[in-house]
Amino acid sequence: MSRLIIMGGGVSGHTAATFAKKWLGDKHEVIVVTPNSQWNWIPSNIWVGVGQMTKEQVTFPLAPVYKKAKIDYKQAKAVSIHPNGKADNDDAYITIEYTEDGKVGQTEELGYDYLINATGPKLNFGATEGLGEGSNLGEHTVSVCTADHAEHASHELEKIFAKAKAGERQKILVGTGHGMCTCQGAAFEYIFNIEHEAKKAGVRDMIDIKWISNEAFLGDFGMGGLHMKVGGYAVSSKLFAESLFAERNVDWIIGAHVSKVEAGNIHYELLDGSTGEESFDFSMLIPPFAGVGLKAYDKAGEDITATIFAPNGFMKVDANYSAGAYENWKASDWPRTYQNPTFSNMFACGIAFAPPHIISKPMSSPNGTPINPTPPRTGMPSGIIGKAVAHSVCDLITKGDSAKLHEASMAEMGAACVASSGKGVFNGTAAAMTVYPVVPDFEKYPGTGRDTDYTFGEIGLAGHWIKHILHHLFIYKAKVKPGWTLIPE
Amino acid sequence: MSTRKEEANFAKSDQFNLTMLPGKFAIGLRTCKIFQLFRFVVINIKMLIVVSKSH
Repeated sequence: MSRLIIMGGGVSGHTAATFAKKWLGDKHEVIVVTPNSQWNWIPSNIWVGVGQMTKEQVTFPLAPVYKKAKIDYKQAKAVSIHPNGKADNDDAYITIEYTEDGKVGQTEELGYDYLINATGPKLNFGATEGLGEGSNLGEHTVSVCTADHAEHASHELEKIFAKAKAGERQKILVGTGHGMCTCQGAAFEYIFNIEHEAKKAGVRDMIDIKWISNEAFLGDFGMGGLHMKVGGYAVSSKLFAESLFAERNVDWIIGAHVSKVEAGNIHYELLDGSTGEESFDFSMLIPPFAGVGLKAYDKAGEDITATIFAPNGFMKVDANYSAGAYENWKASDWPRTYQNPTFSNMFACGIAFAPPHIISKPMSSPNGTPINPTPPRTGMPSGIIGKAVAHSVCDLITKGDSAKLHEASMAEMGAACVASSGKGVFNGTAAAMTVYPVVPDFEKYPGTGRDTDYTFGEIGLAGHWIKHILHHLFIYKAKVKPGWTLIPE
Repeated sequence: MSTRKEEANFAKSDQFNLTMLPGKFAIGLRTCKIFQLFRFVVINIKMLIVVSKSH
């Protein structure tokens, strides 16, 4: 019997765990170690953040699902990896620290044959002064990164709407809280949901809404933008995004690194080196992401974290980390199997793997401050990579070390993104987009780097309906209900 | 001369002035249930193709 440990139970880890158990059956052991007791369909946190859904509608308890799937579940956070075992034992193991009620703080060593790192990100609020401390949200802004954050954001937004109704002009600022953030899509969706709700509540005229982002241009989305076919033209997402903002009377500041957050005010630096301040009554700023801070040790107890992890805390995989300057970047730099180059029984998926470089063109201000989005690795790519990694591990277990590993390069993978505003069936609207591939391949698709037959975007009710369906489908799938494998990642 | 309502935002900022805004016809199509039902089918097919190419 082999033992597979999956650290993390988010979209990628949960996908990997459920498929691995399905494929391995009872002959082998699958253990999930995650500090969370609830699974969260994060894309719908946006609706929680504007009071259109409750926290309970976007989360469910993990324990019963894992019990049904016969997956061993440890509500604990992984602390360290010991891939060569310890002085008196060669068996690889990890150390975990329980977060479960009644066992908080207890530690345990768990041996493994295969390890998948799907820990997701540390929400690094502490990277920006005033945005928060470490991974804890500060007092000046709100977030929609977790269901709890979104619920809090909704309550704060209610107060803003109440003030606007009472005739007090309000200012809302939404975007990214640092020059190296990713996940612009979530903030993008949130700002338009706020605008929609403000209109619905009859207070839109009393609220100024502004976007601030580290993107060099609107519509970059951390992917260097994209080109889509509209009206017979292949047009840049810049035009698409700017049109959305202009139509909704939402002004923007782009190429901005938020350097400091205070009560009702932020300080920022722009790509041209100039600095500025922006006041707000309500602000949702996405924090930058970092690795969760796992450590690694060799047999003698020496720290080998730098061997396994990149400086940003994400796990090294089969990517080309020495591509150098932007001019040398290639689609082939991106990992295919997500296997750690040092320890072949170790993989990473979802946000936890270290990308070779960013996707957008690297930018920095004349003062040397890097201001560019980091690569998105959430949603559909996260699920697909989790499944591919689980498949590889299962083959290694059942077919032996010579089994061919499964591949899921982001340079050969598409992604669907639906940013929807409103919750009603007929009174919402959405920007539905697909991009193929996520990482542009300029050798295969000279010009745009992508296949414009499969990279498209359009606005309307249809995308809004898709967003509704995705919410229910993915929660159904994550609950491992009958037919769950038929729902694609 | 009256300004068309859907074009009013062009004047609200220099940034808005340099982009495109949808006219009545485009806005009508976005909310037309019959047209959107058709687009729903088309978008789903396109997304499924992208998903199948990605696995």
